Amino acid sequence: MIDKKEQLNLVIVGHVDHGKSTFLGRLLHDTNSLPEGKLEQVKAVCERNSKPFEYAFLLDALKDEQSQGITIDAARCFFNTDKRHYIIFDAPGHIEFLKNMVTGAGQAEAGILLIDAKEGVKENSRRHGFLLSLLGIKQIVVLVNKMDLVDFSEDVFNSIKKEYTEFLKDINVNPIEIIPISAFNGDNMVTKSEKSPWYKGKPVVEHIDLFKKEPERTDKAFRFPVQDIYKFTEENDDRRLVAGTVRTGSISKGDKVLFLPSKKESSITSIEQFNVTSQTTSSAGQSVGFTLDTQLYIKPGEVMVKVSEAKQHPFSSTTFKANVFWLGKQPLIKNKKYKLKLASARESVYLKEIVNVMDASELTSTTNNKSVNRHDVGECIFQTIRPVSFDLATDFEFTGRFVIVDGYEIAGGGIITQAIESESSQIQDFISKRDYAWEKSVISPESRYLRYNHKAKFIVITGPDDTGKIDLAKTIEERLFNDGKKAYFMGISNMLSGVGATSSAGVEDRDEHIRSLGELAHLFTDSGQIFISTVSNLDDVEAEILKELNKPNDIVVINIGESRFKDFPVHLQLETPIDKEDALNKIYLLLQDQLGFANYSI
Amino acid sequence: MDYLDNLEAKSVYILREAYKDFKSLCMLWSIGKDSTVLLWLARKAFFGHVPIPLVHIDTHYKIPAMIEYRDNIAREWKLNMVYGENADALKNKQTFPDGNLDRISCCKNLKSEALKHTLSGDWPRYRMNHDTGKYDLDKNTEPYTGVIVGARADEEGSRSKERVFSPRDKASDWDVGDQPPELFEQFKTDFAPGSHVRIHPLLDWTELNIWEYIQREKIPIIDLYFDNGEGQRFRSLGCFPCTTPVESRSKNVEEIVEELRSGKFANIAERSGRAQDKEDGGGLETLRREGYM
Ligand SMILES: Nc1nc2c(ncn2[C@@H]2O[C@H](COP(=O)(O)OP(=O)(O)O)[C@@H](O)[C@H]2O)c(=O)[nH]1
Repeated sequence: MIDKKEQLNLVIVGHVDHGKSTFLGRLLHDTNSLPEGKLEQVKAVCERNSKPFEYAFLLDALKDEQSQGITIDAARCFFNTDKRHYIIFDAPGHIEFLKNMVTGAGQAEAGILLIDAKEGVKENSRRHGFLLSLLGIKQIVVLVNKMDLVDFSEDVFNSIKKEYTEFLKDINVNPIEIIPISAFNGDNMVTKSEKSPWYKGKPVVEHIDLFKKEPERTDKAFRFPVQDIYKFTEENDDRRLVAGTVRTGSISKGDKVLFLPSKKESSITSIEQFNVTSQTTSSAGQSVGFTLDTQLYIKPGEVMVKVSEAKQHPFSSTTFKANVFWLGKQPLIKNKKYKLKLASARESVYLKEIVNVMDASELTSTTNNKSVNRHDVGECIFQTIRPVSFDLATDFEFTGRFVIVDGYEIAGGGIITQAIESESSQIQDFISKRDYAWEKSVISPESRYLRYNHKAKFIVITGPDDTGKIDLAKTIEERLFNDGKKAYFMGISNMLSGVGATSSAGVEDRDEHIRSLGELAHLFTDSGQIFISTVSNLDDVEAEILKELNKPNDIVVINIGESRFKDFPVHLQLETPIDKEDALNKIYLLLQDQLGFANYSI
Repeated sequence: MDYLDNLEAKSVYILREAYKDFKSLCMLWSIGKDSTVLLWLARKAFFGHVPIPLVHIDTHYKIPAMIEYRDNIAREWKLNMVYGENADALKNKQTFPDGNLDRISCCKNLKSEALKHTLSGDWPRYRMNHDTGKYDLDKNTEPYTGVIVGARADEEGSRSKERVFSPRDKASDWDVGDQPPELFEQFKTDFAPGSHVRIHPLLDWTELNIWEYIQREKIPIIDLYFDNGEGQRFRSLGCFPCTTPVESRSKNVEEIVEELRSGKFANIAERSGRAQDKEDGGGLETLRREGYM
């Protein structure tokens, strides 16, 4: 029989030397969670090195860590009570290791904060409390440790309790209990200690069992960030699977679903899991796959929601406000491209505005900052190039929290506090800067039009790979040229064909590519020419970006084969395999109209 | 959902993240229970398929039944099965006990070195040809940039420090003191050319969880783990000169689960049957830094 106990993740934090490792060692010992022989082994090592035994050594299994004498990483320990299985993340107290602390706390459902009775509240005690609250941990127990060193004085305890509770109140944290303990001697750990008769609460372990498992996520609206799309063909498998983890809510076969931000709709044909007999519903926590009743093109990173829950759909926007804590060696600055990882989405992101920066331990905030430095917490506005779907972190954890990657490193984490209607996009900002610096020629577009006998135009041919886009583009160029038009086909864009089309890794390269293409198009069309290029798998957002960048001249979009467009008005859709003659005629008809040769070419 | 469902869902999520973000990905399969559970989880993640090559480091000192079991499963599940080895060390007998080497140095040769060079592709790799059932020299010599490993945090002190996505530099070194942050289920999936990332989907599993899951899913597991009729079984598998069986009468998965939960092994560390762990205090740690596991 498999026991059905639940599992809860805890994090323990505290200033260095306040006794975290001792507490953990003692906890493991007192809950009978140490492997047999481990304690003896460590005691033997201590004896060999003539060091007094410390519970901390139990955890300091690493050599270099013992020599440094500080816990350097968020280590996991496992222990059980009669009620639950626990994993406890040991988050180091040293500021240098804040990223490790965040790593531990980022996975926890409840927190234990340790304060040394003799030393009292330290900078890190405050910083950690603040970070726990930022990371969304609402259940906190505070332990005042080393009470033996202050003779279990109620006064000492009360003054620490008062100071720290006031601090916690400022950051809207309501600790469940503040407990006087001696980790080393085991007072108030498992049973109440006689040395602190004035303490009326429960011992630590009982409190741990009282932490609540997160309220059932199943009751919330449905969120399914699309992690990936699979089509494995081996063994004649013809399923097209939308894979991911149901984060909240539940869904059943036949339900109508919507993908955001693309707004594509479909409904669930089947729910798939290996080695599970046919399933008709799936709910929060499950990693599953769905097949849909329509052949949709959707991207990993979109969020699947239920059509019926329209009132609780996530936001889709390029702009949001968030609290970020920065861990990167380089500060967070404007005009620099970062990578956003939000649920399953990966997008290029820019810092648009710093509202204020907070010192995490003093809780003082400053405005007019140019950057958010390492270990600072900033309230910031971020903007992505493409819209993303997200929630506010207070409503939905998984789709409301994100990390920011700088170069190869995760440099910050944040929680979204507000969706913002932005007046201008990253591209528009870029264009206004560009246009501001632009010296206008004395030759007007009209004069060029009259001279060349056609309008300037940007022709983009798109569609999946291997559909004959380039061949068609060259033929159009040739035909226009032979007709006396100033047409130019640029083949360089094919270097990047396929980049980012399916994998998430190349998203930034792809964004960059689209932008440079739009810029080139703008140069050519500004000179009055017809600029022809190909891009694989263009979608609504990218076509809009190209259109914006190329303004004031117009864009013509021709799609061959499977289309990824939903809203963008494609000028011509050609089916594969294309009949080149027929295609060329259609295009020419379209262009005559678009280029205005009807009026001017005679 | 009970805790096994939770563990499974999270591991599946991790495997899919790895598959999405690493172009050259492989999974180490030691034949032992942990990496076999990992293999099963891959089938969960990819709906019955295993779109990732499985790499086995053959020390040629493995208990022979292990290789037989490996090839049977590989054939049955149509796995993309690859193995590598330290041919030189084997040829020159730089091994334990027949060569003049201690256990740790033998591990270093047959496992660390073999693994390092098999992953980087500069030593030959052999791939199972499903038409002939034999192994051919693998033409793919591209380095693997993502390596999925079945390490568990409860195994040994050093492993409790691991990240789920754990970067290794060019020399396969693990910088324990400067690891990337990992939060909100977002992992380090960007890495500099030349470095690679170890991926640990089983970090939060305990030995007991592994057996409970094997029991629940009815995963075919090698029978060396069960009482051989003489009151002995292996609790962890390795090379025969360094792995000794434990005294146990557990004949099947149910009995092992019982034994771990409340019986004689409830509080005894798993690797107690591995001789090389005892030779130096941080044996596994040394090996990890060297790149084995
Ligand atoms: N007297 C006394 N000393 C303690 C207690 N808890 C921890 N210590 C000592 O405080 C020092 C730092 O403890 P440690 O657990 O390593 O702190 P960490 O840095 O927070 O992990 C060690 O020397 C411990 O023995 C306690 O309850 N009473």
